[in-house]
Amino acid sequence: MNWKTFYALLARDGHVARRSLAMVLVQNLLQPLLFTFVFGRVLTSGGMMQGSFKSVLLPGVIAISMVIAGIQAVAMPLITEFQFSREIEDRLLAPIENGWIAVEKLVAGMIQALMAGLVVIPAAWLTMGSGTNISFARPFAFVAFCLLVALFASAGGLTLGCSVGATQIGLMFSIILTPMLMFGCVYYPWSFLKAFPGLQYAVLLNPVVYASEGLRGVLVPSVPHIAGWITATVLALADVGLVALGIRKFNKKAVS
Amino acid sequence: MGIGIRIEHLRKVYDTPPPSAAGGRGFSFGPTRSGGRKEKKKIEVLAVDDVSLEIPAGEIFGLLGPNGAGKSTTIGILTTRTEPTGGRAFIGEFDVWKQQVKAKRLIGVVPQRPNLDFALTTREVLLFHGAYFGQSARERVRRADEQLEKFKLTDRADQMVRELSGGLMQRLSIARAMMHDPEVLFLDEPSAGLDPQTRLMLWDIIRGYGNLGKTIVLTTHYMDEADTLCQRLAIIDHGKIIAEGTPQALKSSIPGGYLLRLRFDRATEELLAELRGLPGVTEVKSADPTAADVYADRGGPLIGPIVNAAQAAGIEVRDVHIQEPSLENLFLHHTGRSLRE
Repeated sequence: MNWKTFYALLARDGHVARRSLAMVLVQNLLQPLLFTFVFGRVLTSGGMMQGSFKSVLLPGVIAISMVIAGIQAVAMPLITEFQFSREIEDRLLAPIENGWIAVEKLVAGMIQALMAGLVVIPAAWLTMGSGTNISFARPFAFVAFCLLVALFASAGGLTLGCSVGATQIGLMFSIILTPMLMFGCVYYPWSFLKAFPGLQYAVLLNPVVYASEGLRGVLVPSVPHIAGWITATVLALADVGLVALGIRKFNKKAVS
Repeated sequence: MGIGIRIEHLRKVYDTPPPSAAGGRGFSFGPTRSGGRKEKKKIEVLAVDDVSLEIPAGEIFGLLGPNGAGKSTTIGILTTRTEPTGGRAFIGEFDVWKQQVKAKRLIGVVPQRPNLDFALTTREVLLFHGAYFGQSARERVRRADEQLEKFKLTDRADQMVRELSGGLMQRLSIARAMMHDPEVLFLDEPSAGLDPQTRLMLWDIIRGYGNLGKTIVLTTHYMDEADTLCQRLAIIDHGKIIAEGTPQALKSSIPGGYLLRLRFDRATEELLAELRGLPGVTEVKSADPTAADVYADRGGPLIGPIVNAAQAAGIEVRDVHIQEPSLENLFLHHTGRSLRE
């Protein structure tokens, strides 16, 4: 393992991300902001939703922001860099095993996902105004869940980035990301689905459910949620599986 | 001490489309998946077919051949970018497939199509490349400035790479490949798309780099490039090496490789018959009554006998032009096809 090269690869991704910081911020912030504003502010102040919905919403929005930011940060550059221009080749020729380049992508994606999740907290708080009651009583559990979710996002991004062609990006959003978002228990707790028993168990296949429910369990423990040990275990398993799959796909895609 | 290259019985069969044709594969919604039991159509392309080569340290070696001959695949295998189907390749003592990182340290690569990092500026491309190879901050700044100067890119240093023209990108690709001072430099069609002036500059740089004792492998389908730059050449077609040697030796291996274009005040049938009888002459053609084209295995040594024969017949020699055997002719001779096809 060659740490100098690994650090240089990370520095490159950091440099590129900093250069487009404004764009990255807008990309990561706009959607959660609008969502928290409309659902958390407009609908609750108009009386269509109860004020307590704000607290249900925030953990879900943190989770989905991290998931989308991580997937985008890793998948989108990979899709373009593996395309016709094969921009990634300068890094594939760096004196380091190809697998470590994939690991570097994972780390860079995690950092971006964590940052996206963290900026959403104050931003959403501001747009939703008073009445958002989240608890930071369990900081270690919170950090652990954030790390698990961030790794899920970047490993998912690595896997997608190495399997989706440039012409299929739109399709990736509509058939993978949108259902993951809508059926990810982002905007409602999992227990609300009990009216739709089939659906309630089908969504358990969606790792985002465990991300939102896990964060909900840590931040608003009073809302019914799936037990923390279950969400943490499933997320950890999803992480391990996706990391292994993503690195394999990357290694395959890296050579012809 | 320089680093040489050894290739033993290298084979490469692509069962997916080769890289140049690669599209969005892997996540197919196309009809191939929905065909149920129907077997997917398998594409098999034999790109490199049992190639063995030895390139000693410090040599400038050329791979010459038409498009699709297997040049880029050979380079791809030597630069760890392509997995060989069979055989082995070594950079120095390292097996390029099994000891990739060690091999990668020794090589610099200029790809056929610029694969520059579009998210960076010209200078940053060089700086990050230096960083990937573990150069200290001070060292990479110094080297980057040197390379920018050498490739006349200094005034473009802070421009984004995606805004550069094709020629400038090509220059930057070469500058980047030399940034970490590799022992072995691979250039895949380095002068494609360059203007003549830049091409000459590039040739100087390549020669200069060779003079430092570095090993250089370049692919080209320009005859003059192979001829002026390379100490040794392999001609490759359909994945096989069909001829190998110094440009000079290769050229003289074609029978009747020289062409002597002669002009007389008159070229009589007797004179032409006389010329056909001269030693080394394989063919004599005469398109008009004052000219003769003599194909022979030698050039200069034939002038004396030709002049003597003409004088004996009372004919005056007006003009003699000797055309040396060219690699173009050589390629034609070996494959029956022109290089540009």
